[in-house]
Amino acid sequence: MAVRPLESARMTDRFHLDAVPIRLDGCGKTFPGGARALEPLDLTIRGGETIVFLGPSGCGKTTTLRIIAGLESPDPGGRVLFGDEDVTDLPIERRNVGMVFQSYALFPNMTVAENVAYGLKVRRVGRAERGRRVEEMLDLMHLGEFAGRRIDQLSGGQRQRVALARALVVRPRVLLLDEPLTALDAKLRDSLRLEIDRLLRELGITAVYVTHDQGEAMALGDRIVVMAKGRVAQVGTPREIYYQPADGFVADFIGTMNRVGGTVRDGVLRIGRGSLPWSGPDGPVELLTRPEDIALASGEADAHLDGRIAAAVFLGDRTRLVVEPADGPPLTVDTAGRSDLGRGDRVSLRVDPARLLAVP
Amino acid sequence: MSACVQHGPGDLPRSAASPRAGRRRMGEPLRLAALLAPAAILFAAFFLLPLVRLIAIGAGGPQGWAAYLTTLADPGHLDSLASTLALSAGVTAVTLAVSTVAGLFLVRHRFPGHALLVALLTFPLAFPGVVIGFMVIMLAGRQGLIGTVTQALTGGKLVFAYSMAGLFLGYVYFSIPRVILTVMAAAEKLDPRLEEAARSLGASPWRVVADVILPALKPALISAGALCFATSMGAFGTAFTLATRINVLPMTIYTEFTLQANIAAAAALSVLLGLITWAALAVARSVAGTSVAAAG
Repeated sequence: MAVRPLESARMTDRFHLDAVPIRLDGCGKTFPGGARALEPLDLTIRGGETIVFLGPSGCGKTTTLRIIAGLESPDPGGRVLFGDEDVTDLPIERRNVGMVFQSYALFPNMTVAENVAYGLKVRRVGRAERGRRVEEMLDLMHLGEFAGRRIDQLSGGQRQRVALARALVVRPRVLLLDEPLTALDAKLRDSLRLEIDRLLRELGITAVYVTHDQGEAMALGDRIVVMAKGRVAQVGTPREIYYQPADGFVADFIGTMNRVGGTVRDGVLRIGRGSLPWSGPDGPVELLTRPEDIALASGEADAHLDGRIAAAVFLGDRTRLVVEPADGPPLTVDTAGRSDLGRGDRVSLRVDPARLLAVP
Repeated sequence: MSACVQHGPGDLPRSAASPRAGRRRMGEPLRLAALLAPAAILFAAFFLLPLVRLIAIGAGGPQGWAAYLTTLADPGHLDSLASTLALSAGVTAVTLAVSTVAGLFLVRHRFPGHALLVALLTFPLAFPGVVIGFMVIMLAGRQGLIGTVTQALTGGKLVFAYSMAGLFLGYVYFSIPRVILTVMAAAEKLDPRLEEAARSLGASPWRVVADVILPALKPALISAGALCFATSMGAFGTAFTLATRINVLPMTIYTEFTLQANIAAAAALSVLLGLITWAALAVARSVAGTSVAAAG
């Protein structure tokens, strides 16, 4: 017996979009005046993949998005390919991309339905079909009751959903999102992020998402491109980026990372008063480890480091301690939420040797 | 936030008490009247009384109030009114078109000398109509630049300074600076993301202008256009400098008043000119007002 698909799944089936791969070939960007916004970049985005460009402001992530969109052209030699088609010289209006902006960029002189219908109108889709597709898209985005509203009568979250509907109704080859959640408050950001995630999975569209928020990147990205100063620092799945950061910048930018100093001699790493087996050249080393990979030592015997608690922050599910060891930088340590440790208490810490990272 | 909360209760009694104390004093309405008096006197003396007097003079001839109808029905006057309206509408349309293109260009493109050019554009703002007329004569008059060039090229001299065409040129020249400044101020505030969104949806550059840029500039264009129209309706200096025979309403009023001493007709025409211009401005203001509200 066939399984009846859910109502919403059937709904999105009708919108299922072709998954077009994107290739960037040596795409750099130098602005007039000589400022280098982007070092030449090679990247293949698989069809249907959601890729997130993550980095601090000025890292080149938005420039990359605008090169894919066709709003900026790459420096000579760079090429942008959608599938097998070279779109480098096509302006944005002929690339068939959907764009969603941080500032929503909805047309203030049009109603919600008119905004969503605009792309179809420009494409000369007939009135009847236009009306049908707009209605379907508004229903998909739970905006049906707002069809006749003016834009200034909507909340920020509703506006961004209208912007998504407007971008998707024309069945674009790729959906480009430039910090779409940044202007929203925290609670709305979470719910809209879930909605975007659901949409991207169900529609199967190739999506490029730009953000400076690592939480968003981890939640949405099939892969994340971490960027810094116009360069790609690392490309990988959220897990790879989190657990195997390619360098110190990525390690510090994603989540919280501790730096632990130690010395290696004859295959033994000494940290504080503890020692553990370590393969690597002799000499002093700096190793990285996550707050969840340092534990309170159960006894004096298995402790590596001693320190005093400088701060204890209760986060509900866990308590985050900042411990100042006798020497070296303070360490952030996650412990059980029901811990009754407080500022000034002395603690012994144990580092999980399997979770220590040596990063250039 | 907490500072605000602590501040609130301390402030409230004071601010609530002061109006009550003010209302208790009996002299308050008197004081207000005394403060308003100078403005009221000026308004009455220099606006209300002359206007009432003007309306009364229009009806002061042998025909009484019927003079308004007679003045309106006079073919010469009607002709003058029609040509003034046509001239002002034309000047407004051309000025808006030129200024929108130039203003958008100046906002979108930076080039060496940009600031100087914008500063120079505001230059004609200070010129009286006489100077504008003089410049039109230097350009298109009998000894003008265009005449000299066309004579050298074709043998015939093109002279149009002393006609409606010359007046048109002068008014456009005179109107462009203020409209450009208004357009530039509005264009600076346009959100470039709106245009990018329209383009991403497949809109050609012309469609972006029609669907995004012009709707956003509409309130500014309407108010700038209304001022341009009103100025062209009432301008006198340029017309007077170019030729006394140009058939525009301000010139007709001047002729009726000084040359034919037909004071009642001059007054009636003045009231008419004022009414039409005022109506045009009011309509523009209400249309601009609703579109501003719609744009939110």
